[in-house]
Amino acid sequence: MTRIGVVAIMLLLAGCQGVQSPLAPGGDQATALHNLFLLMMAVCGGIYALVLVGLGWSLRRVRSAGQAAEVPERSLWGAAIVIVIGLTVLIVGSFVADRAVFASRRQGAMMVRVTGHQWWWRIEYRDPATGRWIETANELHLPLDRTTRVALGSADVIHSFWVPNVAGKLDMIPGRRNVLDLTPRRVGWFRGQCAEFCGTQHAHMALDVKVESVAAFEAWLTEQARPAPSPASRGAAVFANACAVCHAIRGTGASGRVGPDLTHLASRKSIAAGTLTMTRGNLQGWITQPQALKPGTSMPAVPLSGPDADALAAYMESLK
Amino acid sequence: MTTPPREFQVVADVSSLPSGAIGARHLVWWGNIGFMVIEGTGFALAAAAYLYLMTQSPTWPPAGDALPGLLWSGIFTAALALSTVPNLWVLRCARAKKAAAVRWGVAGMVLIGLILMALRGVEFAHLGVSWDRDGYGSVLWLLLVLHTTHIVTEWAECAVQAVWLFTHEIGDDQFSDVEDNANYWSFVVLTWMPLYALIYWAPRAL
Amino acid sequence: MRPDQDRLDRLSLTWRDPPGLWGFLTTVDHKRIAARYIVTALLLMFLAGMLALDMRWQLSTPENVRMGPQLYNESFSLHGSTMLFLVSVPVMEAMALWLVPLMLGQRNMAFPRLGAFSYWLYLGGVLTLWISHALDITPDLGWFEYPPLSGPAYAPGHRADIWAQMITFTEVAALAASVNVAATILKMRPPGMTLARMPVFLWAMLVASIMTILSMPAIMLVTSMLIADRLVSTHFFSPASGGDVLLFQHLFWFFGHPEVYIIFVPATGFVSAIVETFSRRPLFGHSVIVLAILSIGALAFGLWVHHMFAVGLPRLGNNFYTAASMAIALPAGLQIFCWIATMWSGRPWLATPMLWVIGFVTTFVIGGLSGVMTASAALDLQLTDSYFIVAHFHYVLVGGAMFPLFGAFCYWYPKATGRMMSERWGRIAFALIVGGFNLGFFPMHLLGLMGMPRRVYTYPAGMGWEGLNQVATLGSVVAVAGGLVFVANALVSYWRGAPSGGDPWGGSTLEWAGEAPAPSWNLAYTPMVDGLTPMWNGGRPLRVADGVAIARREVLITSVTDADPLYRQKSASPSIWPLLSALAVSAMFIASIFTPWAIVVGAVPIGAALTGWFWPQRPRRSGA
Repeated sequence: MTRIGVVAIMLLLAGCQGVQSPLAPGGDQATALHNLFLLMMAVCGGIYALVLVGLGWSLRRVRSAGQAAEVPERSLWGAAIVIVIGLTVLIVGSFVADRAVFASRRQGAMMVRVTGHQWWWRIEYRDPATGRWIETANELHLPLDRTTRVALGSADVIHSFWVPNVAGKLDMIPGRRNVLDLTPRRVGWFRGQCAEFCGTQHAHMALDVKVESVAAFEAWLTEQARPAPSPASRGAAVFANACAVCHAIRGTGASGRVGPDLTHLASRKSIAAGTLTMTRGNLQGWITQPQALKPGTSMPAVPLSGPDADALAAYMESLK
Repeated sequence: MTTPPREFQVVADVSSLPSGAIGARHLVWWGNIGFMVIEGTGFALAAAAYLYLMTQSPTWPPAGDALPGLLWSGIFTAALALSTVPNLWVLRCARAKKAAAVRWGVAGMVLIGLILMALRGVEFAHLGVSWDRDGYGSVLWLLLVLHTTHIVTEWAECAVQAVWLFTHEIGDDQFSDVEDNANYWSFVVLTWMPLYALIYWAPRAL
Repeated sequence: MRPDQDRLDRLSLTWRDPPGLWGFLTTVDHKRIAARYIVTALLLMFLAGMLALDMRWQLSTPENVRMGPQLYNESFSLHGSTMLFLVSVPVMEAMALWLVPLMLGQRNMAFPRLGAFSYWLYLGGVLTLWISHALDITPDLGWFEYPPLSGPAYAPGHRADIWAQMITFTEVAALAASVNVAATILKMRPPGMTLARMPVFLWAMLVASIMTILSMPAIMLVTSMLIADRLVSTHFFSPASGGDVLLFQHLFWFFGHPEVYIIFVPATGFVSAIVETFSRRPLFGHSVIVLAILSIGALAFGLWVHHMFAVGLPRLGNNFYTAASMAIALPAGLQIFCWIATMWSGRPWLATPMLWVIGFVTTFVIGGLSGVMTASAALDLQLTDSYFIVAHFHYVLVGGAMFPLFGAFCYWYPKATGRMMSERWGRIAFALIVGGFNLGFFPMHLLGLMGMPRRVYTYPAGMGWEGLNQVATLGSVVAVAGGLVFVANALVSYWRGAPSGGDPWGGSTLEWAGEAPAPSWNLAYTPMVDGLTPMWNGGRPLRVADGVAIARREVLITSVTDADPLYRQKSASPSIWPLLSALAVSAMFIASIFTPWAIVVGAVPIGAALTGWFWPQRPRRSGA
């Protein structure tokens, strides 16, 4: 069994390219931790092998009748020395990794605010043009090879921010502010997930993370900073009537802050904190029966006529 | 696999040993210590919680809260400290197995307990903050309620013991019980002193 | 010589319980009480196992709809709370209640009625949690209910209160049991059993009891604060009003970390006893093992912050706790070395108890090493709250504590019942449980490393988690099947097992001196001890003392360090008051979920019951 486990670990180490895995590091912080993990595996694996060999050999006399030779007392010192050396290596390794994780602390970095809610993420960037905070939700964009400093807070209960490919997790605690540095080194989509049990829908509190070139990131941010158009459509009217108490769309009268900001909703990869992919059908399903898709969510089912629901979904889909 | 039970060889006789002991030689003394350690740990952790919240707050007590009153708490603390004198006298009488002195001594401690409870009631009224105002008020009340339950239970124990002592012949084990009860009284007095310093003087001194 | 029949008859008369139901309710026999504790805990272990199977079923495919989030959250909360508060800790105390007097050659515990009270109150906690489950008010926030999630704003209703009060029940019961065990070991050792001649098992139980005494007040305090926040609007944990949410975590883990060792340290006592007997030689490095237990007990109180590495505490402190947490691997590693060295230089006999020790070493060491990994403040940021942690603590608690417990069960079963368990079925159960466990839990390390967080009721397809989850589910089915074989073996052997005699294994310590099943008075005489392995004296008669009363309940009290005889102590007779006291306390605890006045009103019956309990039976005063 153990051997199968070791082989499986080897395979994973070699080939894992998961979008939510500490074993596929795509950032400085995660790489430092991954190196520490490999050191731990080597030392701990060696010690475990020693224990198994000792145990197996100690059973060699199971069927014998005579008295065995006494184990000399000083062998205890040998065991103690082996353990102490192993632990010292690991403590030093841990300390070195800890320094690497926090090495970026001294440099300047772009600040992003992420606030945990039951069960979604409020995300705020500074508009590079005006310096004002602009809001989005559930999708974090990071510029490649730059350090982004994420200020973590919570609006309700304790959550934990975990994007394992980029960095280790850090809790989001009401009344406190934690700061986590992310220095991604690989372009692509990653996935994060809340790691501290936060209530009914803890399982559906995921975060899409996109690492992109600095130019692409700046283009995205400029786009996000732009307010949405304010069309005189039926969908927009339905929204103002049924949704605006909780949701905001910059550029329109909708300014609710209970739920996620929807200004550029359709530009995102998924809806309801990673629960559904962004499609017209999913949007419509989410609007009409959220409790079936994510039981316990704060989003109420909105009673809408068929044509109203169609119009609303069409309007949502236009919010690129 | 069945083996006959091991044989015995009687090499000693303990029937001449006494049927009781005083102080730390007695079994119940150790049980008593066990419960004092439990409660003492509880007090220590509650005090740690107080200090923890204190370090989390920019001012202590928080802005808007009054300082706890010194007059009645001072009177209570002095009275509690003075109760040590009769308490130790009862302890000495119990060890000397003086029945009449123990009876009247324990009855006296019941009276003293009543006075202390009354004083504690007035002390509560002069705390200057309610438990549901803020974290400071909550932890202040926690410390005081925790200690008050000890005063009340100790008083109840004295009262029950007094009734028994006046109606029964006192044996060695009961003198031990009086001794344990007196030790517990000392424990209640001793635990109050750091709590008093914390509740009334920490916000003023720090 | 053998004790004459007249003496045994008179002992039986003195120490017997009243017949029937009344005897059941009033008994203070440590063996009956401990057996109740063990049977209750095993029953709960079965129920918790069923919950685990249900959860494994739910997780075997992505987006499974066997359970909704509410049922899943209730299931893992009930599973964790039951296993930690109602099974692991109580069952270890129960083993102490059962074994300590036997191993000391004493007739009962130091405070027999306190033992009975402890069980009844524990039962109150069990019923509180599981009747609530039947009434669909199951706690649903995990086995540690962090505020603000468990606070008044986010957990309306009474689920969180029930969790908090269930803890109060079990902690009072555990504290009572621990004081009892510690006082018994310190003051009731047989003449000659100085501290230096005390078996490792007794050291382990003494240390675990003292750890309980020093750590459980923290959880009682913190759950009381939580209930106060919920019931009378205090603000201990509300940051907006000068409280602090991390205060809860500090206090919880100040208890929670030692708790792990309160479960593990007794297991090291089982392992030491089994290894000694089945290697047929005295334990190698007795004093090293004892020192290791003492240092584990001390270090355990300095480690709680390693459960909080991800909350963002200062890094200097985190690095200190990393070193301190890893340091505990030194005493633990030396213990393992001593056990292996004992087998190495002995003549190991692979009966089922010894098999469990081998299962323990191979499994627990994995948990210990993954514990070293999570002890790193840096690496823990990737491991904590993922399935890696789920794997880690199951390896520690099941591999490190339950496997030795199963071994201990097989080892002392003949002493309790007078019959042997089947070796063949014992081996089958062993293979199924150890194999199934490893098959079930090893993949969870990998799931954690692949990013799967714990406490999720479902997960999306395409994360690559399905295959390993299915293996885990399969393994848990195998392990549960093994558990059923184990229980069936115990039940069948109770009636059909071969008669064992008093000492079937050739054990080294005093519990093997008497008859099996152990009679109500345990041993006919008081043993005199002159070594670490008193039963291994070359088959000579056991040196004993006479003089402890046989016509009335009496025990011998000795001095703490040297075990010199001091005096003869009257031992309590059967009484209904422990049960009545536990009922009064239970009524107060449960009512206080609904109103704070319950504490005031409820104090009256509690006071009355305790007065009845401690009211000395002495002649009335003839006139003043």
